[in-house]
Amino acid sequence: MMRLITQIGAIGLACLLHIAPVQAEIQIQEVTSPNGHSAWLVEDHSIPFVALDIRFEGGTNLDEEGKRGATYMMTGLLEEGAGALDAQGFAQAVQGLAAEFSFASYRDTIAISAKMLSENRDDAAALLHDALTEPRFDTDAIERVRAQIQSILASQTQDPDTIAAQTFNALAFGDHPYASPEEGTTDTIAALTREDILTAYRNAFATSRVSIGASGDITADELGVLIDRLLEGLPETGPALPDMAGFDASAGQVVIDYPTPQSVVLFGLEGIAMDDPDFFPAFVLNEIIGGGFRARLMDELRVQRGLTYGVGTSLSTADWQPMWLGQFASSNERVAEAVALVDVILRDIAENGVTEEELTRAKRYMTGAYPLRFDGNGAIASIIAGMQQSGMPIDYIANRNSYVDAVTLAEVAAVAQRLIDPDRMLTVIVGQPDGLSATR
Amino acid sequence: MRKIIIAWCSALFMPVFAFSAQASGAVTSFTLQNGMDVVVIEDHRSPAVVHMVWYRTGAADEPLGKSGIAHFLEHLMFKETETRESGEFSRIVEENGGNDNAFTSWDYTAYFQRVAADRLDLMMALEADRMANLRLNPAEVDTERNVILEERAQRTDSNPGALFNEAFRQRAYPNHPYGIPIIGWRAEMEGLTRADALAFYETYYAPNNAILIVAGDVTPDEVRVLAETHYGPLPPAELPPRTRAEDTALPQDQRFEFADERVAQPYVMRSYRAPERDHGAQAEAAALSLLAEILGGAPSTSVLGRALQFDTQRSVFATAYYSGISLDDTQFTLINMPSAGVSLEEAEADLDRVIADFLENGIDPEQFARIKFLYEASEIYARDNASGRARLYGMALTSGLEVEDVQTWPEVIEATTIEDVMAAAQTLFANAPRVTGYLTTAQRAEN
Repeated sequence: MMRLITQIGAIGLACLLHIAPVQAEIQIQEVTSPNGHSAWLVEDHSIPFVALDIRFEGGTNLDEEGKRGATYMMTGLLEEGAGALDAQGFAQAVQGLAAEFSFASYRDTIAISAKMLSENRDDAAALLHDALTEPRFDTDAIERVRAQIQSILASQTQDPDTIAAQTFNALAFGDHPYASPEEGTTDTIAALTREDILTAYRNAFATSRVSIGASGDITADELGVLIDRLLEGLPETGPALPDMAGFDASAGQVVIDYPTPQSVVLFGLEGIAMDDPDFFPAFVLNEIIGGGFRARLMDELRVQRGLTYGVGTSLSTADWQPMWLGQFASSNERVAEAVALVDVILRDIAENGVTEEELTRAKRYMTGAYPLRFDGNGAIASIIAGMQQSGMPIDYIANRNSYVDAVTLAEVAAVAQRLIDPDRMLTVIVGQPDGLSATR
Repeated sequence: MRKIIIAWCSALFMPVFAFSAQASGAVTSFTLQNGMDVVVIEDHRSPAVVHMVWYRTGAADEPLGKSGIAHFLEHLMFKETETRESGEFSRIVEENGGNDNAFTSWDYTAYFQRVAADRLDLMMALEADRMANLRLNPAEVDTERNVILEERAQRTDSNPGALFNEAFRQRAYPNHPYGIPIIGWRAEMEGLTRADALAFYETYYAPNNAILIVAGDVTPDEVRVLAETHYGPLPPAELPPRTRAEDTALPQDQRFEFADERVAQPYVMRSYRAPERDHGAQAEAAALSLLAEILGGAPSTSVLGRALQFDTQRSVFATAYYSGISLDDTQFTLINMPSAGVSLEEAEADLDRVIADFLENGIDPEQFARIKFLYEASEIYARDNASGRARLYGMALTSGLEVEDVQTWPEVIEATTIEDVMAAAQTLFANAPRVTGYLTTAQRAEN
């Protein structure tokens, strides 16, 4: 079943601020299952359930030529019947155990989250295993989900945030899968066959590409057995992953006419990879420019001038092209002033860096907020699965705050000069802005 | 994004179920001398706390013609006090590694911070200060008015579904203030003044109109000492009675159509006026909560989903929802988003037909047992989320319920029978005043 509410993120790429969380106090165990699969576990027996987060690298990037949307549709079909159970039978069985499963596709990954009560964990795991290894892809389910996706696509054509993101991606990423909407298009979705769905399924779940996080009422030994049960029968390898996308936008501003009283503005530049030595200075820099409520852009645009309800930036650490992205919305009459102000602020930061006070404040916030991300079993399972997928070491948790604290004013200035180049920025505006027109 | 408003934008798809879960352990409550209620929810798994202050006032308590003032004041509460400069509140929270925010609904306005447990003292000092000592700079009021107008543009005016909901509520509550939008009508928002904000503040922001909720790694004794130190000295205010204009002679069957060229997926929405949960009297609300789950829970197992998305493919989405936590009468809502080729008139007829069949055929006992078990399990899952529990108690206590009502809710649900649910359904669908709205594209309206 597809969710009919689509998540409108910046441009749908994995965002570091959402996935990099870790908690200074939690104890992660590295677990190796009898069959040799590894997982990270935070064991906590205070509430009788376990949260699991299972991620397969690849995601919608693995759609084959001309089959855009196949992985997205396939993921939506995983809970529409498996093994001996059709869609309704499967849903009844899951409800009967009060288990919660969610299946979500992203550009770089497919994420499967599960919550299972301790009292019936084995039965719940058996159902999840069926969904992973024996999905039925019944014809009626395919048609039902196809209609839901067409409805979602129709809604997206009327959503200014989605229009902005899709326009940006199409201009920025050339022939790479990142350039096209992962949900597919009306035409590609209409043309997908059951065979296409099966192909997407066979390509998506390779055990050599899995990262698993678990948190809650389970021991390491029990988790090892559980993982082997869940992954039993999946292929070990999958098709080639894509190359780097590159960011080949020639800079400039694009305006998409849309009948709305307020324009959406999406801007972006090449970002920075997590293994780049400048990553932490960039991480802190982003916080100062557009991370929180006291950040430079929010203060100047919203607090000082009332030009927007909110503006934010983020470092996207998508696998195949790191980006630095920002977004806000302003009334059509005032958006030109806001766009000009963003340009002035970014040029100032590129040229002059940030102040000592800003750096101190950002560090205090980032290091202080860090432990608070340990926010329940569900959050922890997701965090530690994401860490593994990003290739972070298990001791990252203990060291992360020291990396933030080590960032100097000179490093921030240097990385600002390297990354924040308004002359190379791509800006997409959706609305009917006064006094703004396309420059490319 | 901060200064979020809940409930008015996407209430459409809000799962009722998510808020009906609670755990009864480790919740302690008491009242300070000045009348401020305190609830402590213990969760010692990580060294963090959520500190919340909820006021028993919201958009439904605004003076006539001042729509949006409760929410506008919420924004202005982040500005200066007699001893702290504008923005200092949030700066201190951030420098202590915390996050803060606030939200406004019809029945409440709430402020919260999430911080390390050892910063609770500081959070209380800040929150108590702005409960009593707000000072408003006229220039800042003018700037912030622009922010809320931008907020309205972003969340309502740019979203035809939100505009439809606004028009819907005007009809569902023609006289009761639940019919005005929380964010406010644009024309009235433009006229909101510093004096309006201060008048609202002086009237409603006082310890005896507030509830302190602390959830996380604290003990009730620690909270009591800190609360007495920071909130204890604040004097209580004389509060106006919380009475609202009533909808008398409500039309039994209102209908309307809302057209917008930006609508991609038309749908029909129907709401029935429904009773809310009341202190000591939650049985009918429990029956309606279960009814909503039976009719509109998971699409593959619910009555509407099965009939319209599975047995036939008449709809892409059909659901029902009911939120019982409300000071005054609430709504029981049905939604049907038809498949391509099915008109809104047919979609409405489909709803009528499925409901009529349901009233005739009753409830599948197996489905009923599964839903009861889901409720039971949701109490276990809810213990994983201290912030969510804090929010549940805040909503309940600002909406006429007491701590014991939240704690006995699982038992009230458990005691509800199939017959109770069917009786509630018969009453609702036969007698309750209803509004039916069509959200359509402009093209249709021109035809």
